[in-house]
Amino acid sequence: MNLKLKALTKSLWVFHAACSPCNNCDIEILDLLTPRYDVERFGITLAASIRHADVLLVTGVPNYKTKERLKRLYQQAPKPCLVVAVGSCACGRVCFKDSYNSPCAVDEVVPVSAYIPGCPPKPEAIIAGILKLIKSLKI
Amino acid sequence: MIKLLFNYLIFPGFLFSAVIGFLAGWLERKISARIQWRKGPPWYQNFVDFLKLLGKETIVPQGAKLTFLLSPFMGLLSVILVSTILGLSIRLPLESFMGDLIVVLYLLVIPAIALIVGASSSGNPLASIGASREMKLVLAYELPFILSVITAVIKSGGAIQLGLILNHQLSFGSNIISLSGVIAFIVAIICLQAKLGLVPFDVSEAEQEIMAGTLIEYSGLPLAIFKLTKAILLYTIPVLLIVLFLGKDLSPAFLVAKYIGILLVIILIKNTNPRLRIDQTLKFFWGSATILAIVAVILALWGY
Ligand code: SF4
Repeated sequence: MNLKLKALTKSLWVFHAACSPCNNCDIEILDLLTPRYDVERFGITLAASIRHADVLLVTGVPNYKTKERLKRLYQQAPKPCLVVAVGSCACGRVCFKDSYNSPCAVDEVVPVSAYIPGCPPKPEAIIAGILKLIKSLKI
Repeated sequence: MIKLLFNYLIFPGFLFSAVIGFLAGWLERKISARIQWRKGPPWYQNFVDFLKLLGKETIVPQGAKLTFLLSPFMGLLSVILVSTILGLSIRLPLESFMGDLIVVLYLLVIPAIALIVGASSSGNPLASIGASREMKLVLAYELPFILSVITAVIKSGGAIQLGLILNHQLSFGSNIISLSGVIAFIVAIICLQAKLGLVPFDVSEAEQEIMAGTLIEYSGLPLAIFKLTKAILLYTIPVLLIVLFLGKDLSPAFLVAKYIGILLVIILIKNTNPRLRIDQTLKFFWGSATILAIVAVILALWGY
């Protein structure tokens, strides 16, 4: 495993893209930054601009407008950039899959590297998902 | 020649100050985390961040090639020069050259200018807001900062040479042990906060409103260079204040203790204050801070 990848896994800067979620997932993600979970222990911080990001974190079901924005966000991110889908919505659209304003799932727009299901997933589940993602990078 | 290169690139210059700066940056993050009752990152976090940014793709906006890529280096080179001059004048006070204080003051403005140039060349509207705020910020804090430096110069008998200022403090006691010295030091600490772009005065980089402002279009290597410049600034400006105001005993243990003391004050200010708007910042610096600094200069002229 090379040095570049090792550094990447030790300092993931996350850009949070909310593609029309119900906001519960977003609250759980913010929980990760609070004293109880504190992901800064692992070097994970929220980045303000997509140009600084290593991880594009998507929540919610993309609709006709956010679909285009999501695609452009991924194109604007400097590579290597991982995509993590948080929540059942982002993983597979669940009960919204026949909705009139839901054209596609997240993984039909951008290549998703990790799915974290749950409605909303617990902060522990999100941390476990990210750890699995890091492990899969190392192989 | 070899010695000069060694000084510039390794010992008081680039490598040394970068390592100290990254460690100080870690201390800042760690103490902020402890204040918020979190655990905080491990000590090597800033090094890893830097390494990671070096390995990322560098995206250059259309039509901005040269200035966009060169401005971070401009800032970095000037800060390294400052840290070299400061380190040498602490180690060998008699070898400093005439007027190096003025050189240092000029060089310390260049990182801010580099940020402005880089941000404006990127053509992003949020970056241009950040650039205009940074410009106003520079205009705001330079006046009180230079006035407080002038106080230190007056206190040490009108010497504008770092070595002479240190020697004067060695024989007559630190500049801070006087009324004017204390006032000027307080003003200088506040200006330091603005120079480093830390919280009460971080309008130009406001993450929540303008998404990293001046740095918004930077990625990969140039972003890493900007982070490095910030880290080295976190080392140089407190050391400049130590030289100007606390220069009595500069044996390594005392130097480190004073440096960490100043760092602690900065971090506590950062963690206990909300961000000011740019107009409030301007009013603050041109109002109360400048008045305090002028009072300090007048007191120093009277000999207090
Ligand atoms: S997965 Fe559940 S909590 Fe998350 S956005 Fe969808 S409906 Fe809301």
